[in-house]
Amino acid sequence: MSDHRHVDEFTGVETTGHEWDGIRELDNPLPRWWQWVFWACVVWSVGYWVVYPAWPLVSSHTKGMIGYSSRAEVAQEIKTATAGMAGQLERIRKAPLEQIRTDTGLREFAMAGGRSAFNVNCSQCHGSGAQGFKGFPNLNDDEWIWGGTLDAIFRTITHGIRNTEDENAHQSEMPAFGRDGILTKAQVADVAEYVLSLSGQAADGTASARGKPLFTDNCAACHGDNGQGSTEFGAPALNNNIWLYGGDKATIVETVTNSRRGVMPAWGRHLDEATVKQLAIYVHSLGGGK
Amino acid sequence: MRSMGSLLDTAIDAPEVREYDVEAVNRKETRPPLYVPRKKIHPRRAHGFFRTFKWWVMAATLGIYYVTPWLRWDRGPGAPDQAVLVDIPGRRFYFFFIEIWPQEFYYIAGLLIMAGLGLFLVTSVVGRAWCGYACPQTVWTDLFIWVERLVEGDRGARIRLDKEPMSGAKATKRLAKYVIWLLIAMGTGGAWVFYFADAPTLLVDLVTGQAATDAYATVGVLTFTTFTLGGFMREQVCTYMCPWPRIQAAMMDEESLTVTYRTDRGEPRKPFEKNADWDTRGDCIDCKACVVVCPMGIDIRDGQQLECITCALCIDACDDVMGKIGRPRGLIDYDSIANDERRRAGKETKLRLFRPRTLFYFALWALIGLGMVYVLLTRSDLDINVIHDRNPLYTTLSDGSIRNGYTFKILNKAREQRTLTLHASGLPGIALKVVGSEDMGDSPDPYFTVKPDRLQSFRLLVTVPPGILKGDAADLRFVLKEINTGQTASYNSLFRGPQ
Repeated sequence: MSDHRHVDEFTGVETTGHEWDGIRELDNPLPRWWQWVFWACVVWSVGYWVVYPAWPLVSSHTKGMIGYSSRAEVAQEIKTATAGMAGQLERIRKAPLEQIRTDTGLREFAMAGGRSAFNVNCSQCHGSGAQGFKGFPNLNDDEWIWGGTLDAIFRTITHGIRNTEDENAHQSEMPAFGRDGILTKAQVADVAEYVLSLSGQAADGTASARGKPLFTDNCAACHGDNGQGSTEFGAPALNNNIWLYGGDKATIVETVTNSRRGVMPAWGRHLDEATVKQLAIYVHSLGGGK
Repeated sequence: MRSMGSLLDTAIDAPEVREYDVEAVNRKETRPPLYVPRKKIHPRRAHGFFRTFKWWVMAATLGIYYVTPWLRWDRGPGAPDQAVLVDIPGRRFYFFFIEIWPQEFYYIAGLLIMAGLGLFLVTSVVGRAWCGYACPQTVWTDLFIWVERLVEGDRGARIRLDKEPMSGAKATKRLAKYVIWLLIAMGTGGAWVFYFADAPTLLVDLVTGQAATDAYATVGVLTFTTFTLGGFMREQVCTYMCPWPRIQAAMMDEESLTVTYRTDRGEPRKPFEKNADWDTRGDCIDCKACVVVCPMGIDIRDGQQLECITCALCIDACDDVMGKIGRPRGLIDYDSIANDERRRAGKETKLRLFRPRTLFYFALWALIGLGMVYVLLTRSDLDINVIHDRNPLYTTLSDGSIRNGYTFKILNKAREQRTLTLHASGLPGIALKVVGSEDMGDSPDPYFTVKPDRLQSFRLLVTVPPGILKGDAADLRFVLKEINTGQTASYNSLFRGPQ
């Protein structure tokens, strides 16, 4: 900054006094139209303060003359959207699940509603793509622990699994064979070898042969003679490629030793019936529905 | 002949020629500093070839602009019958026989690029022809000046009227002028919105107050801008607001034609004298006819300058004077810098239209144009899009088969329902299943019906038997085929499995 005035030789315009490597900035005035726009904006903003909410106060803010609130606007929009969906939701509430699935319009509506309800309520455990995680079933595949028909899915979502909040929740208990001393460590290992052989994986033949009668005595009641599983007891099939906790020997040993006990809330107590129906339709459509 | 215009214009001693009392307010030497109010320009009416040409261009451009939305084009039942329509809610752009979907916006992008390159080409050949003849700012300003002249008279009368104190007569003239301007401005804004909705319906809605707020707001904004830009801001828009004059210098070269004062012929300029010896003086008689018609307030004799929009009215004015004093026309004419230098060097002047620059611009322009025509002619009214599920990438089924999920979109751009079948290839034993369409069963090639003029989305499950997939991914090709016509559309995607 310099105090003395400097006038640019070429243009005859005063400079701002700033200089960078010999380059000076001309002190041209702002264009008049620009200034008019600027002052118009200033005047406009004053009007804006009066009409719209603007100034923050200690515990609130100025409300403005027309009482506008973006929050109220959103609430109104949601209300309008909800009112627009009321008819379809009512139809979904009344229609049997199978009818919703076969009616194109209802199905598309239910799929969209189900997807959004799934993302909000279910994706935390089952994953955003319903791909599942260890202990949380993948809902895309074709194995269903508690049944894969529309009605079975609806029931599971409504009442949940092994929870205490709903007396109609699916209940079953796998014994902790190792921990509770029902089977010895060696026996558990033998059963695990047999389970490996059931699913077609490489297994020790002699250990597996020792495990077979143990399986028949202890496991077949729920998991079936051939390990085909039972949706009645929520006993997963053991003779296929799908594993809820893992199909390697160490994990199977751990499962047999300590048992597994997956829990799911009773969503019928948290969501309305139409939403649960939409969820059932959505989950059924993921690819594994029976 | 005595002076008929400004009282201060002096008649000079040649038939029908006079020297105008006029100042080129925007020439560099006299250009007012900033903060000083604009000096009003009162351009005098010009007569001649370019003025006539400009009237025709005005008639054509305004005609196209105002009439186009009213043209009808039958597209069959259920489709709009407006020839040119930008249907934003329906997400379609109609242009006569062409119908563009939002995903085909590249046509518009292509047209805009062509418009840009066309502007480059024209500028490199004939300078700022766009500015001088076809730019909306020029056309509407010209129209507004025409109205001004109609109501208030030509230059001299307008200057007198401006100086007069306000009176009943003056107020009437002003009011009449503003009302006509306003009507034109409203017509301009009004015509714009007709491109976005069915014009006859919208006109009725606009008049009866039924139209959307957006329509009124658009008409209002365009009315305001047309009224102020055409009526009051005029040349300031070109000089201060428009970026084009700054860019254009990069497109012009020494061979570009532009409105030029021939210094070699005109100088030394001297007032007209009878029986002058034209060999010892220039042809310019300094009558300022070129300045008085200039809507930009410059003196073309100062050479090329940023303000000049090359409207060529000074050519008309000067040619008129040259004719009257018996000198050859073309003292001000379309000419190039190179020709000026050639003349000084005593060489022959020539017109070099075909130069690397113009050829390059033309080639680019034509290439894009041909590309667009090709794409348009081979445009399919059937298209598919396949989006692989992101999560999960694959699902292992109980028997060990691998299944992938896809969102599958069919774009039926035809105006009739179509029955299509889908085939996937790339892996043996593929089974396709469309979710929600049980009746198709697990047939390898499901078929679907797609409604007319519709994008329909399906969820598709592709299953491959165990042991088929080697590695974690394989190429998969989907082919969609219309059963009746055999028309196909295809998409290459991937099939994924465990690592």
